[in-house]
Amino acid sequence: MIQINGNEAMQADGMSIADYLLSEGYVLSHIAVERNEVIVSKKDYADTRIQDGDVIEIVQFMGGG
Amino acid sequence: MIENDTFTLGGHTFSSRFILGSGKYNLDLIRAAVSDAGAQIITLAVRRANTKDSENILDYIPEGVTLLPNTSGARNADEAVRIARLAREMGCGDFVKIEIMHDSKYLLPDNYETIKATEILAKEGFIVMPYMYPDLNAARDLVNAGAASIMPLASPIGSNKGLATKEFIQILIDEIDLPVIVDAGIGKPSQACEAMEMGAAAIMANTAIATAGNIPEMAKAFGLAIEAGRRAYLSGLGRVLNKGGEASDPLTGFLHN
Repeated sequence: MIQINGNEAMQADGMSIADYLLSEGYVLSHIAVERNEVIVSKKDYADTRIQDGDVIEIVQFMGGG
Repeated sequence: MIENDTFTLGGHTFSSRFILGSGKYNLDLIRAAVSDAGAQIITLAVRRANTKDSENILDYIPEGVTLLPNTSGARNADEAVRIARLAREMGCGDFVKIEIMHDSKYLLPDNYETIKATEILAKEGFIVMPYMYPDLNAARDLVNAGAASIMPLASPIGSNKGLATKEFIQILIDEIDLPVIVDAGIGKPSQACEAMEMGAAAIMANTAIATAGNIPEMAKAFGLAIEAGRRAYLSGLGRVLNKGGEASDPLTGFLHN
């Protein structure tokens, strides 16, 4: 199983992080990505393939105190 | 003296002593709140991104304002460290406000986990500003862990109840050699002013402004109150008599001399 932001996302299997983010419409300058609790830096988006078992978090800033 | 009055956090110098929280606003009111408050630092939260939101809060924050991401949502040191690293990855600087809570009723911070997270993040080069329960022993541990400031709470987050912990914040101001920034619970400009008169380095407020009737006006009122309190502190407050009164007019020289 692949989990992205808490949802099952088997359609991302085999995609690079870069391709997945673009296909979903994320604005790359506004987000950060964590794969299995390790940060994926922007320069590695294209070379990092999403595979079965991955837990991916994509975050951004929101209002907060 | 107030003209050159600044304070420093991790090598960065600030002249405004008002840190604005960005929660609970309509995005289009944030810019006004920042500029009317004269704030140079604004806090942000880190949350799962949603591609359906076409707007991003960063587009509403004026240029030159320092971003202070918080670790809200973290229940222990490890989660706070994860959030801080993600925030830094977004490329908005090294500041982080550590906020660790697992009590959903009072939202009180866990000082022990906060000290652990401070130590890890300070070693990684973060400018660490821990939100804490005002306890002197914990504050000393935070200093030793490498904090750039301490942020004791005035009363529970979002309560607008004011300086419930006043005596204990005063102890921190007197004993801790870092900027003491009063955070959480400040509900009115008068309370912000009072904390500044006590010698706080700065005030952080969010709910008091975000839930006010007129947000830009309340932001301005807070800015003025914080400046007034700072001026009063630098001036040295007048003494308080234990009992009785003391005339402020000359008592001799006319009717009954």
